[in-house]
Amino acid sequence: MRLRFWGTRGSIASAGPETVRYGGDTASTELITGDGRLVVLDAGSGIRQLGNHLEEHHDHVDILLSHLHMDHVQGLPFFRPLLDPDVETHVWGPVSTTQDLRYHIARYLSPPLFPVRVRDLPNVTFHDVTPSTFHIGSLTIRADLITHPGTTLGYRIEEDGKSLAYLSDHEPALGRGRIPESPEWTSGFDLATDADVLIHDAQYNEEEYARRVGWGHTSINQLGAFTKMTNPGVLVTFHHDPAHSDAELDDLHEELAGVVNGTRIIAGVPELTLEV
Amino acid sequence: MVMNAQQSVEMILLRQVASYLSVPIWMMDDAGNLVYYNEPAERLLGIEFDEVGPVHADQLGDMFRLTDLDGSPLPDLELPVVYALSKRTPAHRDVRFCGMDGIWRDVSISAIPIEGQGNRFLGVFATFWEITP
Repeated sequence: MRLRFWGTRGSIASAGPETVRYGGDTASTELITGDGRLVVLDAGSGIRQLGNHLEEHHDHVDILLSHLHMDHVQGLPFFRPLLDPDVETHVWGPVSTTQDLRYHIARYLSPPLFPVRVRDLPNVTFHDVTPSTFHIGSLTIRADLITHPGTTLGYRIEEDGKSLAYLSDHEPALGRGRIPESPEWTSGFDLATDADVLIHDAQYNEEEYARRVGWGHTSINQLGAFTKMTNPGVLVTFHHDPAHSDAELDDLHEELAGVVNGTRIIAGVPELTLEV
Repeated sequence: MVMNAQQSVEMILLRQVASYLSVPIWMMDDAGNLVYYNEPAERLLGIEFDEVGPVHADQLGDMFRLTDLDGSPLPDLELPVVYALSKRTPAHRDVRFCGMDGIWRDVSISAIPIEGQGNRFLGVFATFWEITP
């Protein structure tokens, strides 16, 4: 699997002179499978650039949505292949307890919020994902719920013995304020454990988390504890807080490096490429 | 009983809520294993959860006894938790209950099946409300 990050910011796009290196676009990551297939993780504003810079034409695209907050779906109608009738697009994502994925996407893709309707998209199929294991080409994908407001999925994606865990928005310390507790009672443990690469929420410093308990994100110390508990080969930090400047994020990563031992930490930034 | 697999998020969140409530609550997984009870339930069960840990379904009978209010035995399916587990339907009954402290109490039990996303049956949670004499 080959990864390329296009949006690593959380909550809201935040372009500006203070966010040049860590980027302003929200969650979207390109994944090219071993057999050359394109899979996209989340459709935040970063998916626009992803769609504009594809190195080759794909007549089949799969988009995996972790959840339906705007910073993860806002870029969907700006993803060029989605508007191409010759490209077969499959959108996979969570459902609520009573409504399917298409219904929820249609609430965004409809006037007055947006001029293009779901029915205007020429060649798209929606797939409701509940906790389960399914296949996309050569990938085996395990989806499971993780703690974040609203229905939110984490994914563990495996191919040829390599594994990627994607937990973009995750609050494993919810209700406890700290981790680790036992693995049995830790959200995301099974998805993340021993993954070759873990992409994980890294939104807050400790002071910020204390004021935002229940918002669905992770503090740096909590991320360090979760990483030690789950032992991934590489940790890619993700979903940076829109209020954090490049300089502040540098400091947070330095702090994280002091907490985590034995796992390589890579800051999630636009155009970062990584082989899994 | 050693639990290895991670619980579902629905169960994790339920446990978090239960840990904050002053209503006695216990939680069983889909196999009938007792996976958690909160501090108020510890008083009724006569033992702290941290001391006993998860209890296998087969061992629950060693931990407490249940009868009808008049002391007569109850068939398994008359027990709200067993009914909710097997029928996946809420159930309620007043019973006499004796935990590991050996004290018999009149308790009102309400058991509710836990059905998660994708119609996954995950277990049962039950409240044990002591009936004031």
